[in-house]
Amino acid sequence: MISVRHLVKHYRVHQRPPGLLAALRSTFRRRFTTVRAVDDVSFVIEPGERVGFLGPNGAGKTTTLKVLAGLLHPTSGEVRVLGMDPRTRPVDLLRSIMLVTGQKQQLLWDLPPVETFELNRAVFDVPRADYTRTIDELVTLLHIEDLIKRPTRQLSLGERMKCELAAALVHAPTILFLDEPTIGLDVSMQSVVRAFIRSYSEQHRATVLLTSHHMEDVAALTPRVLVIDHGKMSFDGGLADLVRRTRPDKLITLSFSAPVAADRLAAVVGKTIESSPLHAVLELDGAAMKEVVARAIAELPILDLKVEDAPLEEVLADFFARTAGDA
Amino acid sequence: MTEAPLEAARSTRRAGARAATVIATLLRISFAEAIAYRSEFVVWILTTNTPLVMLALWSSVASEAPFGSFGQRAFVAYFLVTLIVRMLTGTWVVWHMNAEIKSGTLSQRLLRPVHPFLVYASDNLASIPLRGLVSIPVAVIVVSTVARSELTRDPVLWCVAPLAVTGAWVISFSSMLVIGALGLFWESSIALWDLWFSLYFVFSGYLFPLAFFPRPLARWVAVSPFPYTLSFPVEAVLGRLSRADAFTSLGVQWTYGLGFLALALWLWRRGLVRYSAYGG
Repeated sequence: MISVRHLVKHYRVHQRPPGLLAALRSTFRRRFTTVRAVDDVSFVIEPGERVGFLGPNGAGKTTTLKVLAGLLHPTSGEVRVLGMDPRTRPVDLLRSIMLVTGQKQQLLWDLPPVETFELNRAVFDVPRADYTRTIDELVTLLHIEDLIKRPTRQLSLGERMKCELAAALVHAPTILFLDEPTIGLDVSMQSVVRAFIRSYSEQHRATVLLTSHHMEDVAALTPRVLVIDHGKMSFDGGLADLVRRTRPDKLITLSFSAPVAADRLAAVVGKTIESSPLHAVLELDGAAMKEVVARAIAELPILDLKVEDAPLEEVLADFFARTAGDA
Repeated sequence: MTEAPLEAARSTRRAGARAATVIATLLRISFAEAIAYRSEFVVWILTTNTPLVMLALWSSVASEAPFGSFGQRAFVAYFLVTLIVRMLTGTWVVWHMNAEIKSGTLSQRLLRPVHPFLVYASDNLASIPLRGLVSIPVAVIVVSTVARSELTRDPVLWCVAPLAVTGAWVISFSSMLVIGALGLFWESSIALWDLWFSLYFVFSGYLFPLAFFPRPLARWVAVSPFPYTLSFPVEAVLGRLSRADAFTSLGVQWTYGLGFLALALWLWRRGLVRYSAYGG
């Protein structure tokens, strides 16, 4: 279990305006400001849960993950991971967790990934039989058989990321902190990584705390989300609740089997947010939706009809705009 | 024997076996990394050959008459043994530490259940044989043929020599760990290393034998750590020390080495509290 109570993390940051004079001045007199990266954040994550950690850049997501992984010491507050204090980095904790960041790597740059796997096997004290079984499983799931014997520096970003995940899981951790694991990957590679994380988490009952700016990652992997903005927690709950609370209206896309005139369309469904003779998109709340959809089916040549929530990107943008307005 | 002591013995054996596996793997991987770039490796081998330059210089100084207690042959022996000791004890971990602290890549080391100092040490030790691959055999052959008479014949000093070389590595490595760990407080401690290295150049015997210092200055130099990083093992091999001086020096050397290591561990623990893991 992960438990965070009133976590605060402040950084002292040197600030200097541009220019030679400012550079000289800063040599003698430094100006520092305190950045409140995380400001009184509390949450609990149960074993086996998959949780999305959302927020704009600089919101405090990565800082929180680093505190949980024991890399950063909190300014105040209490953090427990599997009942242990990450600050002291006990061996039992390090053997149970892994932090994967999309922007930094643990793979040895000049050697093939298989050497990093071997290194991790030794330092995490993984028995040879378990190691062989785990690597076979990872190689199959991630399709990396041909990659693991090539020098890391000669792999593409996507290939590296898959090997990075494999290296991080050699010791079969039960808690994964994933910081932007799909950053820079193409759509198909994102999908492979997502499927893999889901499968690993289900097979090993692993707890996952994931940050991502790709909302597809969040939608596919994490039923629960924590939203953080300017270091403060602004939402903790189900993804569906977040959407319902922020953008209760549904998007309805209608496709027609024959062209529909604009005035006829307006008369039947009312205001549209996008339309052409062969399709229309409406945004309606739950009460109006039933009535309008029934009328459209009865009076228009409907070929297809799709009802969906607003895109998560838009939901979050609205959410952040609203919380900024409240503040 | 009861079950508890047996279990304790088994557990110690397991821990020992595990440590041996970790160290062997770290050494093997560090060795593989060191030879990943072949041409860079060859150039790198050539970078620590300063003693050969000093040998040429001082040999010409002593070509007509001895300089102090050093004739030409003594200079050959001194600088070739210096080259060997330097090859075996050279470290550069401060650069790694500073780069990793600044870029945040230290985070990846901290996530592994093995102390980063052990990894740095393995990294260093694995490449030492490679550094000396060309020059050490040549130096050994030349010393044992041209300047054999300059080597000590005292078996006790020959026993002290390997301990002194190991101690020299411990001082060099742990002093670098101290300066590297200061990077956690200052973000960069390379400038301090530059200062340390300039003192090392002068006071370790790297540029000239310490016997050339005037006596009052030599007394001050003797209490600094620098002679124990190079000059002491060289003088032990050349028999320029009495047995009593050798044992005293050995004690001072290891006190410095272990003291620096303890200081480095303390600074490291304190520094990690301030580590900001930017970018990592």
